[in-house]
Amino acid sequence: MERTVTHVALFAALIAVLGLVPKIDLMAGVPITAQSLGIMLCGTVLGARRGALAVLLFLLLVAVGLPLLAGGRGGLGVFVGPSAGFLIGFPVAAFVAGLVVERWRVPVGPAAFAGAVLGGIVVLYAFGIPGMALVLGKTLPEAALLATPFLAGDLIKAGLAAVITAGLANVRPGALLSRN
Amino acid sequence: MLTLTSPVETRAHRVPAGLKLAGLAVATTGLVQMHGAAVGGVLAGVVVLYLALGPAFARHGLAMLRPLWPFLLVLALWHGWTGDWARGAEIAGKMLAAVALANLVTMTTRLDDLIAVVERLARPLARLGLDPRVMAVAIALALRFTPVLFWRTGQLMEAWRARSARRPGWRVVLPAVLLALDDADHVAEALRARGGL
Repeated sequence: MERTVTHVALFAALIAVLGLVPKIDLMAGVPITAQSLGIMLCGTVLGARRGALAVLLFLLLVAVGLPLLAGGRGGLGVFVGPSAGFLIGFPVAAFVAGLVVERWRVPVGPAAFAGAVLGGIVVLYAFGIPGMALVLGKTLPEAALLATPFLAGDLIKAGLAAVITAGLANVRPGALLSRN
Repeated sequence: MLTLTSPVETRAHRVPAGLKLAGLAVATTGLVQMHGAAVGGVLAGVVVLYLALGPAFARHGLAMLRPLWPFLLVLALWHGWTGDWARGAEIAGKMLAAVALANLVTMTTRLDDLIAVVERLARPLARLGLDPRVMAVAIALALRFTPVLFWRTGQLMEAWRARSARRPGWRVVLPAVLLALDDADHVAEALRARGGL
């Protein structure tokens, strides 16, 4: 019980930190926010249930007015803006990423990559694109077009989530709660 | 930790948080169904509302809308190309009014008041097994540990810079995750030692 609560709370804080850390260069010269990497890691490291709870807690803190989203954004306004769909998809993305790592009994690296792609990209975009379509008054294919520039960055992040999760399984196998 | 509550004290700060949230829900629901000139009217109303709370507050409010400019640019390019300016203006107006109204609640409501509302709203969830006391502990822990983890991740990056000429990259994320996992274990032990949750 205590461990569940502290893991959820600490990973909520970790998502915030990954969004605040000034420009982690994911690749040479490409400063992308590491926040969605945090969402993927919540799932792949903590597993489906705890990962989703950590993301929900993070969103709760954003909603009550803490500037924890990348770029110092926060408050209730972000939940009615064009990226609201992505925010609503965050916990589901972490849940699906965690579920894949828990259930698919292949080595951690490939499982984490599959989970991060399925949760952090497929599921997340399935929420984010309708949200953008709604707020920006576009059709779904048009909104999907507007979201494609982010696909390359998100694929890189899914790869990094896999490398980091596999690395964690290597240095501290017991810490990977999604597999224990 | 700094919140987005405006330090400029206004009359709206004294309105109960629950009332402001309910008003926001009603206003946003209404706004979604509006068309044409009505959207312009609402937007003008929002501007008046901000200005009524003082020029310094209104400037702060304007700064809070800055993250929306890429979307406004997309809308301008898109509808400039299709030539349907009226539709573009309506969409942009709706977006600006909805976000500005929500920001207004955020800017005029203190963190403790909002958390109190969350706790009140979460009370029925106790029947589903979500103990409100446990939720309060989780919120407090996340609040406390965000600056702690932020500072320690900063230290990891400093250590990186001391060793390498290159800028700290994604490789600091793994040790940062380890820090979070270790802290979680320590705090869980500390909680249990004090009688548990």
